[in-house]
Amino acid sequence: MFRDARLIAAKDLRIELRSKVTAGQVLPFALLLLVLFAFGLDPDGPTLAAATPGLFWVGVLFVTVLAVERTFSIEGGDGVRDALRLAGLEPGGIFLGKWFALAVQLAVVELVMLGGVVLLYDRELHGIGLLLASSLAATCGIAAAGTLYGVLAAGLRVRETLLPFLLLPVLAPVLIAATRAFESALDGVPSDGWPWFNLLAVFALVYIGIGILTFGSLLEES
Amino acid sequence: MEPVIHLRGAVGLLGRFPALAGVDLTVDRSEIVLLQGPNGAGKSTLLRLCAGLLPVAAGSAHVLGVDLVDDPTPVRVRVGLLAHATFLYDELTVADNVRFWTRAARADQADGQRAMERLGVAGRLADVPVARLSTGQRRRTALAVLVARRPELWLLDEPHAGLDQEGRDVLDALVVEAAAAGATVLIASHELDRAAGLAPRHVTIAGGVIVADSAVDRVP
Amino acid sequence: MTTPQVPTAPDGTGSPATRVLGIVALAAMALLVYLAFVATPRDATQGDLVRLLYLHPGLAWTAYLACGIATAASIQHLRKRTIGSDLLAHSSVEIGAVMTALTLVTGSVWGRPTWGVWWVWDARLTSTAVLLLLLLGYLALHRIDAPPEVRSRRSAVVGLLLVPNVILVHQSVQWWRTLHQEPTLARRDFDFGASDLMMFTMIYGFVALSLVFSWLLVQRFRVGWLEHQVEEAWLDEAITERRAEALGAEVER
Repeated sequence: MFRDARLIAAKDLRIELRSKVTAGQVLPFALLLLVLFAFGLDPDGPTLAAATPGLFWVGVLFVTVLAVERTFSIEGGDGVRDALRLAGLEPGGIFLGKWFALAVQLAVVELVMLGGVVLLYDRELHGIGLLLASSLAATCGIAAAGTLYGVLAAGLRVRETLLPFLLLPVLAPVLIAATRAFESALDGVPSDGWPWFNLLAVFALVYIGIGILTFGSLLEES
Repeated sequence: MEPVIHLRGAVGLLGRFPALAGVDLTVDRSEIVLLQGPNGAGKSTLLRLCAGLLPVAAGSAHVLGVDLVDDPTPVRVRVGLLAHATFLYDELTVADNVRFWTRAARADQADGQRAMERLGVAGRLADVPVARLSTGQRRRTALAVLVARRPELWLLDEPHAGLDQEGRDVLDALVVEAAAAGATVLIASHELDRAAGLAPRHVTIAGGVIVADSAVDRVP
Repeated sequence: MTTPQVPTAPDGTGSPATRVLGIVALAAMALLVYLAFVATPRDATQGDLVRLLYLHPGLAWTAYLACGIATAASIQHLRKRTIGSDLLAHSSVEIGAVMTALTLVTGSVWGRPTWGVWWVWDARLTSTAVLLLLLLGYLALHRIDAPPEVRSRRSAVVGLLLVPNVILVHQSVQWWRTLHQEPTLARRDFDFGASDLMMFTMIYGFVALSLVFSWLLVQRFRVGWLEHQVEEAWLDEAITERRAEALGAEVER
């Protein structure tokens, strides 16, 4: 299964390197969001600073929807879904591979957004340990849920509207937890934030587990 | 010897439509069979069913010893399906695609290289993204992937379409070699003159059922 | 050649058992209404508004019960691929969605005079709102334009995740809102020290609403089952037609 996962992840990342969709379109979109938030919330007052963690993660959620749609539009090519079933790959491995590639792409975007927050919103970064740990856990969870719900909505005409409607309520706990963790880290009281990290870790494990178990039946007869 | 394909009253549905309405078919090892019939007769559907992609709604179906009604998954990696769809990633190059699909099937990388050369898509062409290839070149790439995987059952849907004369010759040679090596080949084609010479046995399908079989004297 | 079989159509979705259930449920609700609106006194602080509280927790309970049934049925569907399990999950989610919406409405209507606002972001209401979104998502997915097996399977995965999602959402919202809890809002809990009858009525509300939920669930399930049987009948017919077409083509040649 892990061998298949490596194969799929490598394939997804290679496609990204060739086509540069995430780097060229999704990343600028993320930075655009940061700029728009500043326009909407008056960077001179205290509002933007107080809201930064929340805005960051809301931005990540929007980016996730785009990234998930992209990762499954790759598989929408000429008969590729059938080919994956014929290929002799373990479905759990396909899930892990796509999960990993998605997580990597999201992590890159988050890193850039973090840089954007430091530069554009003039925030200093404290509690780096908590920031990184909670980002990692949150990204793993978001990527897992995104991969799972992405395949649920894949191949459908109504995909663009159905995917966000299915995925975003599910990610509500991640939004809440990650924002609180970031708040604790940035406000200098990291110890408050670690329980949130635990929640994020549980979320990620639940979704990775269920994804591996159910992906096989979801690939069938699209 | 157990037949490679053994279908009895097999029903295959496309949504609500019974594309296959009770197919009886037996094919033995190393046979090359031509499947002919009008448009909409169910040729492509039959190939998909034998590949384990289409659920068997009724009847019985055994391919390569696998009971398709029970669980078709084990048969998939053992068949090679060549269809209208290319089964290739457009954004990746020829070489990437061959490498990916052969690795997925646990096939030998050297086989992949040889197949590419045989089909004329190695060398300069190998580093071109599939999206930029012509139909014929894509067909050849898909065929290279199929050949490299060394399937026990070849399911070819209109394989000559889109190929130039040279491509067709290579394909025919590959089919004959594969059958000689023990693989079984089922070709669905309109091109009766070409394929008829290739395949000793002709089976006709119409309205979702087999209506004629040149091997009538065989015991089902 | 198989002859098409049309199942003898029943007159409706009733049966002796469910008629009894229906009557009992109706009677239970009648008693509840009487208790809630007539027999119990007005509350010292909340006045007549307290009467909504006889419904609200019971409705919430049925919403979460529907969730649990949907998840259990979805797991069964993923294991055995039966029509019944998918129907049960779908029916449960449908009725659950209605119950959830009613929970939110009663909560909101109760809240308006009490807190002065139509909505507060307290833990329970927020969790319930997210639950409604999750249920609506399931229903939207179940309506997609795809073969029935694909629809059922995909919905089953969403159904399977309902209970874990509810737990995760509840936990995160709970922790979150207890950080910021204002003291006045915390006092909104149901304080029934006053009267034993009020206490009884509230608990009885759970019972009566559960009966109504069960009756609705059975009826909805039966309707779905009959729909499915009608669809099955066409398959024999369609096969017959197709074969006739084939033989016709043969004869022509």
